[in-house]
Amino acid sequence: MSDTQNVLELRNVDKSFGPIDVLHKISLSVKAGEVLCLLGDNGAGKSTLIKTMAGVHAPTRGEILMDGKPVSFSGPKVAQEAGIACVHQFGGTFPLMSIGRSFFAGVEPTKGWGPFKVFDREKANEIAVREVRNFGITRIEDGDRLVGGLSGGERQSLAIARAVYFGARVLILDEPTAALGVKQSAHVLRIVNEAKRRGLAVIFITHQVMHAMAVGDHFAVLIRGSIAADFRKGDRTREEIADLMAGGESMIDLEASIEG
Amino acid sequence: MGAFVGMVIVFVIFAMFGFSRNFLSIAGFANWMNFASTVGIIAIPVAFLMIAGELDISTGAVLPASAMMLGISVNHYELPMWLGIMMTLAMAASVGLVNGLLVTRTQVPSFIVTLATLFAVGGLTLALSDFLINNTNVSMQSPDWAKALFGTRYFGFRSAVYWWIGLIVVFWFFLHKSPWGNWVFAVGGDPESARNAGIPVNKLKIWLFILCSVCTALAGMCQVIQFNSAQSATFFNMIFFTIIASVVGGVLLNGGFGSVAGVVFGTMTLGIVQQGINYTDIDRNLSLLIIGVMLLIAVLMNGTFQKLATSWSSSKKED
Repeated sequence: MSDTQNVLELRNVDKSFGPIDVLHKISLSVKAGEVLCLLGDNGAGKSTLIKTMAGVHAPTRGEILMDGKPVSFSGPKVAQEAGIACVHQFGGTFPLMSIGRSFFAGVEPTKGWGPFKVFDREKANEIAVREVRNFGITRIEDGDRLVGGLSGGERQSLAIARAVYFGARVLILDEPTAALGVKQSAHVLRIVNEAKRRGLAVIFITHQVMHAMAVGDHFAVLIRGSIAADFRKGDRTREEIADLMAGGESMIDLEASIEG
Repeated sequence: MGAFVGMVIVFVIFAMFGFSRNFLSIAGFANWMNFASTVGIIAIPVAFLMIAGELDISTGAVLPASAMMLGISVNHYELPMWLGIMMTLAMAASVGLVNGLLVTRTQVPSFIVTLATLFAVGGLTLALSDFLINNTNVSMQSPDWAKALFGTRYFGFRSAVYWWIGLIVVFWFFLHKSPWGNWVFAVGGDPESARNAGIPVNKLKIWLFILCSVCTALAGMCQVIQFNSAQSATFFNMIFFTIIASVVGGVLLNGGFGSVAGVVFGTMTLGIVQQGINYTDIDRNLSLLIIGVMLLIAVLMNGTFQKLATSWSSSKKED
């Protein structure tokens, strides 16, 4: 195909729950250092697609390839070990825990020996703060601060930094900017760019065309469970993409239908 | 550290009213510490479960069940003491296991699950004691070593007080120093994220339920060995005492936050108000009122703390 290999690729993936077909013939691919924006209206099948990639659902038909080799994930943990990290809106962080503790939940660094192994607070805080600051969040200095005191964008950044630190190669971001204001969104978009610069394959799910245009290299529009359009940056204008997301209706048609 | 301040305030007020009635004497101190120790041994694991987002109220039945079981097996069936203790601990562990399995396998809230086991175990204790020894009370004589270990007084303090102090150290290490403590907070904070982070959420909860029942059994055994007798009636007050001690100690009812030190101070405050009041000029009947007011203040303070910690981000979202 091209010079760099696809980190994650879906070939003709179908997913149905009983008689209901949710995804039809989805073919997608994302390379290292590339941002794939997945656009789609509510109910287009975005969450099912994310869950299929993250190992929550197994595809009914079709195959998933990582580094060109077919893989099948028996559960989200297996997918995680393979390097697929899914970051949900506020997922992965715990409001009433300190930054250091939250960052290392489940994989705590310890010091000491035998039954007296203790959680290494200094090390955890130091690494957590360093990793988040490397992503450009310089406001975070103290690893003992509670996560709940961070802004939405900072929490999102913390979750992304965490995923990257623990070896994620494919980063699936599920509507990271949906609940954020303009400034906070810019924050998160900057982090998406930073992840891309570090050579991660990023799948960015959103329905905000502006945000997608700002960071995306490659766009796929999902309508009623199938890929309605798949194009590279600069191939389409913003209006065209917005129209595509609205289900093929152009903005003019939409305006007309509202006015009735 | 609101729990500590609260305890100091209560202590000072009670000391003022109790100066003439020996509240500050060793006997007065030991009196409420003895009461607090039974509650305290149970309250810390109950608080662990609360931090992990669950509740265990079956303690009110496990306490008399353990006391009766030890009494019957040693006194009536003349089993050796160590075997009786082992069997009692095993019985309590199995109750905890049932609680844990039911809570994690079904979607039934732990309040209802443990309410069911509370009544089931309570009823079974009554029925079995009646059936086995034709009596709902049992008296027992313990060998000297058991008496020395579980049921005597040193410097006026019951053995249970020393068990409590030992457990405080172990539990403090577990929650605040060991990596498992982090899991408890994470599970209570956001179970879904905890699971995604690779924490064995269900396993952890089951072990916490077992820990809770086993500690309750320890408290029950200390009681029967101390007083040489046990009653099979369900001890409903213990449920409230342990939960009040946790909440007054700053544990959030919906999980994710709390500390061992807080629960210890909460338990001591409860002990002062519930028992220490006998050594003061304050009307004993007021203790329930004081506990009620204290609980309300504590819940409001905990709620304010949680809002401060979490709402900052949501208000920032707007800008």
